Amino acid sequence: MERRAFVKSGALALVTLGISPGFLRRTAFGAELVRAPKGKILICLFQRGAADALNMIVPHSEKAYYSMRPSIAIPRPTGSGRSVSVDAAIDLDGFFGLHPSLAPFKPLYDRGMLAPVHAVGSPSATRSHFDAQDYMESGTPDIKGTTDGWLNRYLAVKGTCDECRVSPFRAVALTPQTPRIMEGANEVVAMNNLDQFTVRTSGSQAERLEALYRTGSADLVHGTGAEMFEAVKMLKAADPRQYRPRNGAEYPRSQFGQRLLQIAQLVKADVGMEIAFADVGGWDTHVNQGSVNGQLAGRLTDFSASIAALVTDLGDRMSDVVILTMSEFGRMARENGSRGTDHGHAGALFVIGGDVKGGKVHGRWPGLEREQLYEGRDLALTTDFRSVFAEVTSRHLGAASTSKIFPGYAGIASDWLGLV
Amino acid sequence: MRSTASALVVAVGLQFGSTQPVASQTPLDHRELAADQQVIHALNRLTFGAKPGDAERVREIGIDAWVDLQLHPDRIPDGDIERFLSRYSVLKADQNELLRAYSGAQRERREARELGDTVERQRRRNAPGAMQDAATSRRAVITQVQSARVARAVAGNRQLQEVMTDFWMNHFSVFAQKGPPQPYYLIEYERDVIRPNSLGKFRDLLGAVAASPAMLFYLDNARSMGDTSRPRLATVNRRRARALPGEQLARLRQGGLNENYGRELLELHTLGVDGGYTQQDVIDVARALTGWTIRSPATGGGFVFRPEMHDAGEKTVLGRKLRGGRGIEDGQEVLDILARHSSTARYIARKLAIRFVSDSPPQALVDRAAQVFLRTDGDIREVVRAIVTSNEFYSTAAYRSKVKSPFEVVVSALRAMNAVPDETPRTAQAIALLGQPIYGHQAPNGYPETGEAWMNAGAILNRINFGIAAASSRIPGADVDAIPSFAALKNAPREKQVDAVASLLLGGSISPETRAVLISGENPLLTRSDEGTMGRRKAQLTGIAQVVGLALGSPEFQRR
Repeated sequence: MERRAFVKSGALALVTLGISPGFLRRTAFGAELVRAPKGKILICLFQRGAADALNMIVPHSEKAYYSMRPSIAIPRPTGSGRSVSVDAAIDLDGFFGLHPSLAPFKPLYDRGMLAPVHAVGSPSATRSHFDAQDYMESGTPDIKGTTDGWLNRYLAVKGTCDECRVSPFRAVALTPQTPRIMEGANEVVAMNNLDQFTVRTSGSQAERLEALYRTGSADLVHGTGAEMFEAVKMLKAADPRQYRPRNGAEYPRSQFGQRLLQIAQLVKADVGMEIAFADVGGWDTHVNQGSVNGQLAGRLTDFSASIAALVTDLGDRMSDVVILTMSEFGRMARENGSRGTDHGHAGALFVIGGDVKGGKVHGRWPGLEREQLYEGRDLALTTDFRSVFAEVTSRHLGAASTSKIFPGYAGIASDWLGLV
Repeated sequence: MRSTASALVVAVGLQFGSTQPVASQTPLDHRELAADQQVIHALNRLTFGAKPGDAERVREIGIDAWVDLQLHPDRIPDGDIERFLSRYSVLKADQNELLRAYSGAQRERREARELGDTVERQRRRNAPGAMQDAATSRRAVITQVQSARVARAVAGNRQLQEVMTDFWMNHFSVFAQKGPPQPYYLIEYERDVIRPNSLGKFRDLLGAVAASPAMLFYLDNARSMGDTSRPRLATVNRRRARALPGEQLARLRQGGLNENYGRELLELHTLGVDGGYTQQDVIDVARALTGWTIRSPATGGGFVFRPEMHDAGEKTVLGRKLRGGRGIEDGQEVLDILARHSSTARYIARKLAIRFVSDSPPQALVDRAAQVFLRTDGDIREVVRAIVTSNEFYSTAAYRSKVKSPFEVVVSALRAMNAVPDETPRTAQAIALLGQPIYGHQAPNGYPETGEAWMNAGAILNRINFGIAAASSRIPGADVDAIPSFAALKNAPREKQVDAVASLLLGGSISPETRAVLISGENPLLTRSDEGTMGRRKAQLTGIAQVVGLALGSPEFQRR
């Protein structure tokens, strides 16, 4: 029986093992921790379900906004300085304001670290969650045949260390399954929880299990298993159990908050992570969306408090980090018959980081008058999401070229918004 | 024999990574698999995994007769599992009775929800009492329904019906955490809507789903009504107006279409996203289905058509005009159109072929199955029969090519170990930990049917850890010592033990490499590495349990 080395693209040293008395010795495939240079890091956060952009970044100077949303609109900002009302939008620039549940974002905006982008999204006309998420994650709107995600394609374009051995934690998703955005030929790790990331049996039994995946055929199951054993060893060496958040950061106890805490652990453990991903659901507010309080407010409270805790915790390290939020599309400008909002078109996102040119709302505002709306009902699109993603991968991460990450995208660098 | 099997494993493995369809486009003219492999294959695909003795029974009946029997679950006695399930009180309950008992707390909860999740959680923390009890009983309903699903899959005899129940539950996915009444709606949804129709006519299944409180609530159709610009079929009569709280009455008069169900009905349940419909079709399908709603628990619960919510204007769906002034017939005609559409036939046929044959099923097989769908007016039994009796089904390319879902990993392990059904929620929790909580998929597209989505480092790790837990008797009902054929092997040579385990757990399909690792006993040269693995309890497995733990964690066990 001929023994095969694994053929999955060569991030890991996948040695072929003979069945010999010494085959179980750790030295054969020992875990050496790669201390990657402190490179740039991108943290992508997906709001699944289509977050209501118009109630996140409120166009409080638009009359049409209030007439179309009689029961769910966020009231105009009142007062100033310390007497700002908590039951109204938090003014940003006299035209836009943040939903009051996004209050933790305001100091970041004032420090110039947070850049809201409005009327951004996919040029595709689809109002299907699944298609739109698919397009945003594949990075190829209206093309269903794309099998990999744009974050995975990025991994093939440019690495933190082109010469050194690449970390198995180079791309990590804090999700139970590999998200579409990270699917593809390059190794990624998906996990629910750092603490569960260990083989729960004796060392010898674990090594036998490892040998099962290091030998035999070179298929999906074997390759994934071999990656897993490599990653377990690295994480163990980094010992994330010792982690304590810094700078007084307090993460919400929510799943999202705890996932961001674990992303912070991975950043600080220096395990060579370059890309992190997490998602958060509950944005599909068809019914009883609420206004300053209610369903959407609850989601936004968790969202902003979690992200603000991550920023606080990472402290100075934020100079290397960009946090990029996204959601598949926005929601109808007009509220529906159930005091909620149906699927719309353009949305909004946030770019946060030490090098981000924040403190202003980016993107051209298309207006909300009937003739300005997309198909007479939704916020129109003025910025293709690929323009934002391409700018971040290029200017922040240093991707030499973005044409392989976003194939078919004709946008050019001179059109970028100037976010980083 | 062993070398043939391992060569197959390798061949299948290599093929898996490629993007080519796993079989040629021309139909095979014979079954490529040898007789014994056909038996293993059929058990892997038509059941949740072979139990000890299953292969012998299939050979005895004859494989084709056994497949036919599984296609007719009513001919299979299943008294043992029914007796076991009688412990779950909610399965026999009238869901509306449970809901009515709950409705006071439900009202309070809904108000709390309108104040926002965080506020609601604070209230629940601060005020135990009615809300707390209600929350517990909702959890109890979910737990019982989940545990019953697992028990039927583990120990029921009508295995294909259960596989199909799993398939349709996933196709018509609903989410238990959508809102307060949803767990109660699950009871009838599984028992009366999905399982009895799982091998019946697609139109009946689709109609039962469309009228089920579970789906009406999950995709918001219960709230959808004609816009004010449209004529309503009836005005709100005085008696009903008096009975309704002012706010609800105002909302009813104000109206408002909700497209959620209309869209998913077309995209996910019938035509498929490329099935040839427009945004206008979505809107008109939603309009046709206005008035399909749920009666309140106090007035009897269940489905009701409310003319005062129904948009009585004219509609056009996929080019067919639905004239104005009609009521419930609008929705029924839409379901007729969709259930018999050629896009639906293709979409369902392909999805079934992916479930039963391979992640990239031969187009010729999909086409034939779609033809059967159209010819038999959507007879699911006949479509499934066409697929699982095909030569493509019994092809070497299909053999062990499917990666098991987490549900399949757990249930097949328990079946191979001859486990008795778990009375505790532990098994359902193990499935959730592996990434597939039952009724826990939020989005309406259901869990993935293909292998790539389930294979990542974290998932493999969880699968391996589950195997270790099962082998060390930490999953209730599963006990290595209770496996009959193992009793005589306690002191047998390791190789004999390994071959017995491979036969039981892997249907004999074990690569030489895996076999060698399983045979390797304690190794004195080994550097022991028993320093704490993050404080978790570690299993020290010995003897045949150790072999079982390795086999459950092996790459071979991840496939079916």
